[in-house]
Amino acid sequence: MAGIGLRDVRKSYGDAEVIKGIDLEIAHGEFCVFVGPSGCGKSTLLRMISGLEPITGGDVVIDSEVVNDVAPADRGLAMVFQSYALYPHMSVRQNLSFGLENDNTPKAEIVSKVDDVSSMLQINELLDRRPKDLSGGQRQRVAIGRAVVREPRVFLFDEPLSNLDAELRVEMRGEIGALHKRLGNTMIYVTHDQVEAMTMADKIAVLRLGELEQFGPPLELYNRPANLFVAGFIGSPKMNFMKGRVDASDRTKLALATGETIAIPSDGFMHEAGQEVTLGIRPNALQPDDAGSMTMEVRSVEQLGGESYLYGALTDGTSITIHSPGQTTVNHGEKISVSGPLNEMHMFDTATELTLRAEEG
Amino acid sequence: MANATSFFTRTRSKSGRWDWTDYASYGYLLLGVLVVFGPVIWLLLSSFKTEAEIQRFPPRFLPYVQQTVMVDGYDEPLAVYDIVSGEFEGRRLAQIRRVGLISQMVDPDEPGERLKVDIDDRQAIESVGLATENYTELFEQFSFLKYFWNSAFITVVATAITLLVNSMAAFGLSKYQFKGRNVMLIIVVGSLMIPQTVVLVPLFIVTKELGMLNSLWGVIIPGAATPTGVFLLRQYMLTIPDEILDAARMDKASEWKIFWRIILPLSAPAIAVLAILSVIWRWNDFLWPLIVLSENQNFTLQIALNSFQGEMTTKWSNLLAMTVLTLLPITFVFMFLQKYIATGIASTGGK
Repeated sequence: MAGIGLRDVRKSYGDAEVIKGIDLEIAHGEFCVFVGPSGCGKSTLLRMISGLEPITGGDVVIDSEVVNDVAPADRGLAMVFQSYALYPHMSVRQNLSFGLENDNTPKAEIVSKVDDVSSMLQINELLDRRPKDLSGGQRQRVAIGRAVVREPRVFLFDEPLSNLDAELRVEMRGEIGALHKRLGNTMIYVTHDQVEAMTMADKIAVLRLGELEQFGPPLELYNRPANLFVAGFIGSPKMNFMKGRVDASDRTKLALATGETIAIPSDGFMHEAGQEVTLGIRPNALQPDDAGSMTMEVRSVEQLGGESYLYGALTDGTSITIHSPGQTTVNHGEKISVSGPLNEMHMFDTATELTLRAEEG
Repeated sequence: MANATSFFTRTRSKSGRWDWTDYASYGYLLLGVLVVFGPVIWLLLSSFKTEAEIQRFPPRFLPYVQQTVMVDGYDEPLAVYDIVSGEFEGRRLAQIRRVGLISQMVDPDEPGERLKVDIDDRQAIESVGLATENYTELFEQFSFLKYFWNSAFITVVATAITLLVNSMAAFGLSKYQFKGRNVMLIIVVGSLMIPQTVVLVPLFIVTKELGMLNSLWGVIIPGAATPTGVFLLRQYMLTIPDEILDAARMDKASEWKIFWRIILPLSAPAIAVLAILSVIWRWNDFLWPLIVLSENQNFTLQIALNSFQGEMTTKWSNLLAMTVLTLLPITFVFMFLQKYIATGIASTGGK
C-alpha cells in the first residue's frame, strides 16, 4: 500500500507564498493528475512530494508515515522529468542501472531487471546507445524505464509529454495508462493539458495560484465543477459564461446582461431571487433554436465535417461558442437564436465564483 | 597533399593568375610567418652552434662546425686550417694552440714539427654541421634529467590538485544555494584583480612558516587554487541542467557521487581547457619557483635555465639547447590538444 497524503502543505520563497496550504489524499493505486495553468504550483507541489523541494509548512505523508525530513532517495519514489534528464554521458543501459547500482543491488540482478524493463518498454535494441542518439519518444521511454526499473512505491511524472509532438503524445499517453494498469502503482502526473488529465486520471486535482480548486474523478469535475475556474478549465472548448441577475420575484427567470431573459432551473441550485449569478453552458449543450431566447451574431464558422463550431458574441459582446454535431448551414455574419436545456446549465455566484449547485443527498 | 598545395597557393581569380592583391596578401602573410616564427627558427639553429660560432660577428644563419683531424702525439682532435698567405701558403695545417696573434700549428703529415703561423694567414675549414655536444653536455655535465623530473612532477601533481580543488569549488558555487554564495564568488573572482607580485612577500612568509621552502610542495600548494579555474568551471557547470542532478538524487546518488559520476564527466570539455592552461602555467612558471627553490637539486627547468646566466659569463650554447628542450613538451601539448583549447574556450565563454 502506498497512499499519499498532503496535510496543509505550504511553500514560500521569502515573502512569496506559492503553495497556500493544500490538503489531499491519494489512495493506493490511484492515477492522480495535477492540472492547472502554468505558474499554479503543480510542479512545485510534485517536487515537494518527491523531497527535491523542501516544504515550508504542513506534512507530506507516504504510507501513513510523515516523510518531511526523509531524503528524496529514501522515500521510495521515482520521477520522470519534463526534460527527461537522462545522463548524457551514459549509455541507455547505464542510465537504467545507475539507480540500482547506488542501491548496491547485485550485478546479476541489475542485468535481469534492466533486461526485463527494456523489453517491456521496447527499448532493448537501444541499450548501448547514448541519449543524444535517441528520438524524443525513445528518450521518453528510457526516462520511464529508469523510473520503472527501481520498482518504486509511487511514480511521479512532471509534464513528461510536453516535449513530444501531438501524435507521439497520444501514443505515449496510452502507454503510460497501460503501464499504470500493469504495475498497479500509485502515480502522480503533472500536466497543464486538461485533455491529458481527463483521459488518464482516476482523480484530478485542479490547482490555481497555489490553491486546490477541486479534487475528484474527471467526470465529476466536468459535470459538477465547484467554481468558475474549474468549469472554465475542464472541458474543451471552454464553457460559455453569461452574467445576469435572477429575477426579483421569479427564481426561474434570469435577466442576462444583454437585456434578454431566459429560463433557468429552479431545482438543484441555491440561487436566490435578485442574486447576481453567472450562467455556464457547455458549447455542446447550446444549439441554434429559432425559439431560443438568446441572440448570437456568428463571427466565424469551423466546419470539420463530422462536427462544426460556431464562434460568435451575444449582443453585449460576451463571446460564445457552439459545438454542433454534423455539418451546419449557418454562415458567418448571421444572427441566430440559441438555447440550451435546463439540465445542462451551471450557475455560479458572480461575486464568490462558487457554484450554486445544491449538494446532492 | 595535392589539396594542401592547391589550398596554400590559392589566388583571387579561379584561373590562377596573380592579382596585385594576391601579392599583397601573401607578402603580408609571409611577413607574419617571419615575425612569429623567425625567433624560434633562430633559437633552434643557434642551439646547434658552437660557443665560438654564437659569439661570431657578423652572425651566420646556418650552424657551421670546423673540420678537425687526429694527429699523432695529440689526445684531442685539432682544428684544420688552410694557410692562405705567408711562409706556409698553400699548406693545410692543424692548430695546436693559439697564443696572442700567433698560432702554433702542426702539419698532420709531419706531427713532429711545430710551426708558428700568423693568425691572419690562416682560414678555417668549415662545413655546415650540428654541434650536438650542446645537447649531450646537458645530460653529461648538468643534471638536466633531474630538472626535467622536477618540472614534470610539479606540473603533473599541481595540475591534478588544481583540477580537483577547483572543480569541487566550482560545483559548490554553481549548484548549491546557500547564504553568502555570491559573496564567495565575488571574492574568488575579485582575487583575479590582485597581482601576484603584491602577495609575494606574505605568501613567502606563509610558505616559510609551513616549512615548505626548498621543497617542490612549496611550489605546488600555494598556486593550486586558481580563481580563473574556479570561474571557468563554474560557468560551464551552470549549463548542466539541474534536472539531471535531481534525477541522480532520485536515483539514490550521494552528493559526492553526483559530483564524481555526473558533474565531472559532463564538465570534461571545461576541465580539459583548465588542464591545458594549468600545464602551461606550471611548466612556464618562473618567479615563484625561483623564490621557493634555492638548492640546485630542486631546480625546475626554468630556474636551471636562469642559472646558466652567470654574473660574468653565460654559456649560451647550453642555454639555448636547454631552452629548446624546455619548449618541446609545451609544443606537443599544443599540437595535440589545440582542438580542445579552441572548442573548450568557445563553449565555456559562449553560454
